[in-house]
Amino acid sequence: MIDTRLTFVAALAVVLVLGTIVELIRRHRLQERYALLWIATGGVMLVLSIWRNALHSFSDLIGVAYPPSALFMVAGLFVFVVLLHYSTVLSRLSEQNKTLAQRIALLEERLRDRDRPRRAA
Amino acid sequence: MRKAAVVPAYNEAGSIVAVVAEIRAADPEFEVVVVDDGSTDATAELAGSAGATVLRLPYNLGIGAAVQTGLQYANENDFDLAVQIDGDGQHDARELEQLLAPIVSGEADIAVGTRFAGARFYRPSVARRLGIALFAGLVSLIVRQRVTDTTSGFRAMNRRGIRLFAADYPHDYPEVEATVLVFRHRLRMVEVPVAMRQRETGRSSITIFRSLYYMGKVSLALFVGLLRPRPAAG
Repeated sequence: MIDTRLTFVAALAVVLVLGTIVELIRRHRLQERYALLWIATGGVMLVLSIWRNALHSFSDLIGVAYPPSALFMVAGLFVFVVLLHYSTVLSRLSEQNKTLAQRIALLEERLRDRDRPRRAA
Repeated sequence: MRKAAVVPAYNEAGSIVAVVAEIRAADPEFEVVVVDDGSTDATAELAGSAGATVLRLPYNLGIGAAVQTGLQYANENDFDLAVQIDGDGQHDARELEQLLAPIVSGEADIAVGTRFAGARFYRPSVARRLGIALFAGLVSLIVRQRVTDTTSGFRAMNRRGIRLFAADYPHDYPEVEATVLVFRHRLRMVEVPVAMRQRETGRSSITIFRSLYYMGKVSLALFVGLLRPRPAAG
């Protein structure tokens, strides 16, 4: 059965994480769009760590004998989703980065060409 | 007819002047476009003083993006024809005329210089030959046309080819995927047997780990590529 201490520790950890996220957004160091997945993670973890019956029913449902393991599993799953999301963000950024560098190379050449005295064609 | 010779170069100060001069000597009609892929040596300056147009990427993007930049230049400046030649001197500019023939005659949209269809000097290691044969076989199956060399970076193309690659070109180790891309867009491709030289300076970018990455990356790209819808003809 779930120890009250575990409930307390888990809930405290989640509250700390959520607080950190809010603070990061407040200081403009984290954009809302990238914070949402973390807040969802924290929300679900908070609910599961406080509302023991929900955690019990959930671990019964998926066949996990020891409810705290289910809590870890859910946390792991969410972290996995967040990481995967970041990989897609990274891919998009590197694609945009490539396009940007290519545009710079092409524009720089055009500028140099303009400064150069005209050659006979 | 405007012709561009796109030369991707990364730290090729030792060979770039000779490569540019050789292309200009082989066919003076070519505008030589050297794409300096973030070199830390004097590649860009040397290429410029040798009479090439130089596109300087602000940092190293990899061969695929470098080639694409050159073709974007050709596309935006309305070139009719473009060839791609490595900056390390392994491609022989005297073979350009042969490579261009099927493009000029309108027989194909893309011509690839291969080392195997009638190769004379090229003897890669067993492992490399296996890898090349594996991908050549795989690509042949996918595109339903015999392809012998999917690693060659010695290519010529017409406007359709330029437009396709300017818009969409694989990131790194691009040749295999590019071949499939050509067929999916219903462009006609032919292979032209050419001789290639040993590298003059610098060293090949192939190592064990990179080979493994190469195999994994290209295989993944090929199979996932098959799951994409086929683009409309154009």
